Amino acid sequence: MSNQVIVSRSEIDTGASSPHHAAAPEPQSPRRFTPRKGAHLALQLLSVAAFIVLWQWLSSRHISLGLITFENIPAPSDVVPAFFGLLESPKLVAHISNSLLRVFSGFVGAAALGIALGLIVGRSRWVADILMPPLEVLRPIPGVAWIPVAILAFPSSELSMIFITFMGALFPVLLNTIHGVESVDPRLIATARSLGAKPVSIFIEVILPSATPSITTGLAIGMGTAWFCLVTAEMISGEFGIGYFTWESYSLQNYADILVGMGFIGAFGMLSSVAIKHVGKALTPWLAAQEKQH
Amino acid sequence: MNAVNQSSALAREAGVGAIAVDAVSIALGQGADRFEAVQKLNLDIPSGQFVCLLGPSGCGKSTLLGAIAGHIRATQGSVTLDGEPIKGPHPDRGLVFQHHTLFPWKKIIDNVAFGLKMKGVGKAERRRRALELVKLVGLGGFENRYPAQLSGGMQQRVEIARVLINHPRVLLMDEPFGALDALTRNMMQELLLDVWEKIRTTVVFVTHDIDEALFLADRVIVMTHRPGRLLADIPIDFPRPRHRELLTAPEFVAIKRQCLHLLHGEHAQFKQPDPLERLSPLGPSLITETQIHLSQ
Ligand SMILES: Nc1ncnc2c1ncn2[C@@H]1O[C@H](COP(=O)(O)OP(=O)(O)OP(=O)(O)O)[C@@H](O)[C@H]1O
Ligand SMILES: [Mg+2]
Repeated sequence: MSNQVIVSRSEIDTGASSPHHAAAPEPQSPRRFTPRKGAHLALQLLSVAAFIVLWQWLSSRHISLGLITFENIPAPSDVVPAFFGLLESPKLVAHISNSLLRVFSGFVGAAALGIALGLIVGRSRWVADILMPPLEVLRPIPGVAWIPVAILAFPSSELSMIFITFMGALFPVLLNTIHGVESVDPRLIATARSLGAKPVSIFIEVILPSATPSITTGLAIGMGTAWFCLVTAEMISGEFGIGYFTWESYSLQNYADILVGMGFIGAFGMLSSVAIKHVGKALTPWLAAQEKQH
Repeated sequence: MNAVNQSSALAREAGVGAIAVDAVSIALGQGADRFEAVQKLNLDIPSGQFVCLLGPSGCGKSTLLGAIAGHIRATQGSVTLDGEPIKGPHPDRGLVFQHHTLFPWKKIIDNVAFGLKMKGVGKAERRRRALELVKLVGLGGFENRYPAQLSGGMQQRVEIARVLINHPRVLLMDEPFGALDALTRNMMQELLLDVWEKIRTTVVFVTHDIDEALFLADRVIVMTHRPGRLLADIPIDFPRPRHRELLTAPEFVAIKRQCLHLLHGEHAQFKQPDPLERLSPLGPSLITETQIHLSQ
């Protein structure tokens, strides 16, 4: 699992600006279409197309490269019909809604606990000493290893699955929140205090906003890792879920369906990470203002 | 509400802001590294006076200012404001540093209004008063920008406005214009005097720049090299409002020579490179001794 702390670019940025940039450029509409943006988009689409063509060629020709072989990998021409097959399946809605529920419940729980714990641990040496050692031990344990404990600890299999996505999302959120709180500029805290701020206000007015970029980075990664754990979680499931569908296809040797399931997970994971990033941007409007200066 | 409107951002109580620094010593560092940054310093600043602190680098100016602000405790002696001992930081004593400490996530108007928010003033009222101060420091129209979108000089003006909204009894400034280019610095000095004409709070202003000290102050305090003690206390009686022509007036140049002489003497004693010499178009040979209040 990729639980490492990722520092967002804006935190490295000191925010120092040259005195010669007094007038900020007019805000540019992000939607405006320029030839340059068109070229970038074209290149990106071309890259995807080239990837698919290459895949089709490797699989349909059953290319074997020694270390890696495409003999048994379904080609795009097999996967597309399987994709439409799933689209038409009456189970599709149940698969998606079950998976979304499990991922989002786990994620929301992890976000709530991760942010709350991170804020406290980041501010208090004592709490850090008490809570961090056991958490550091739990951190490297992958989702698969949690399955037996999850089954034993939660009577409901639904809760066991949510627990696994929760564990997947928890650490990125927690560690990034701690990092964000610890890197608050002490000068800003001293300033707030001398302007009359009491501890609660310092928390709300200084520490929380200062840690927000880091927290949203943690949330975006956590959303990704929650999806990452979905197949693992839904191994427990008896009937529905995209992860379950993928796992079941493997047992039944429906290889094209495996790839369809993978595609769904990838696409949903990406979309929800993008959504989180947008929320993060909306929560930190000052960073966009800073970026225009550089 | 009307009374509030009239008193508004510019009001302050008359006759407050008298600082008494009484036999203050401040030791810094731990264990074997412990040393006195400030030693047995006496300084009385009456209400509403504009005082500049001059002294060689490392002589304890910032330390003294920190003690008045309440961030640093005096090891011996007492620092009082209007007779009350200083126990810690308080909005009554506004502090402005060389590098701004604006909240990057707050727009200019909300940075300035911060002190009022902490006092529980309602949003509309605090924004109205903050806007008044934003305009006072010449930043009308910029109130909805973020700090990163302003130049260094503008950021310092916001900083001053944010401190002034608390009606501080004392304004403490530690080389506030030190990081600005010469032209901007001149502009900021004039702006500060302009603001101070309207809000006559006591000001303690630390600077390395003799011109700046003489242009701004009612009184210039020169400190010795570490440990910081009082070397000279020079009254500056040029009439106000002051204009830039003052810098070339013969009386101004004469006092500047005295200051250079004092500071140069301090430096020669310790054989350190003299950053102040660079600032002076006059060579040390031109310096003549004249009547000044040597405090020791
Ligand atoms: N926290 C500290 N611990 C130990 N020594 C310190 C500490 N802070 C400052 N000093 C030392 O105390 C002395 C006085 O420092 P201070 O910052 O007051 O000088 P200053 O007059 O403001 O200098 P400058 O003009 O360069 O800003 C310096 O020699 C400095 O190295
Ligand atoms: Mg200093």
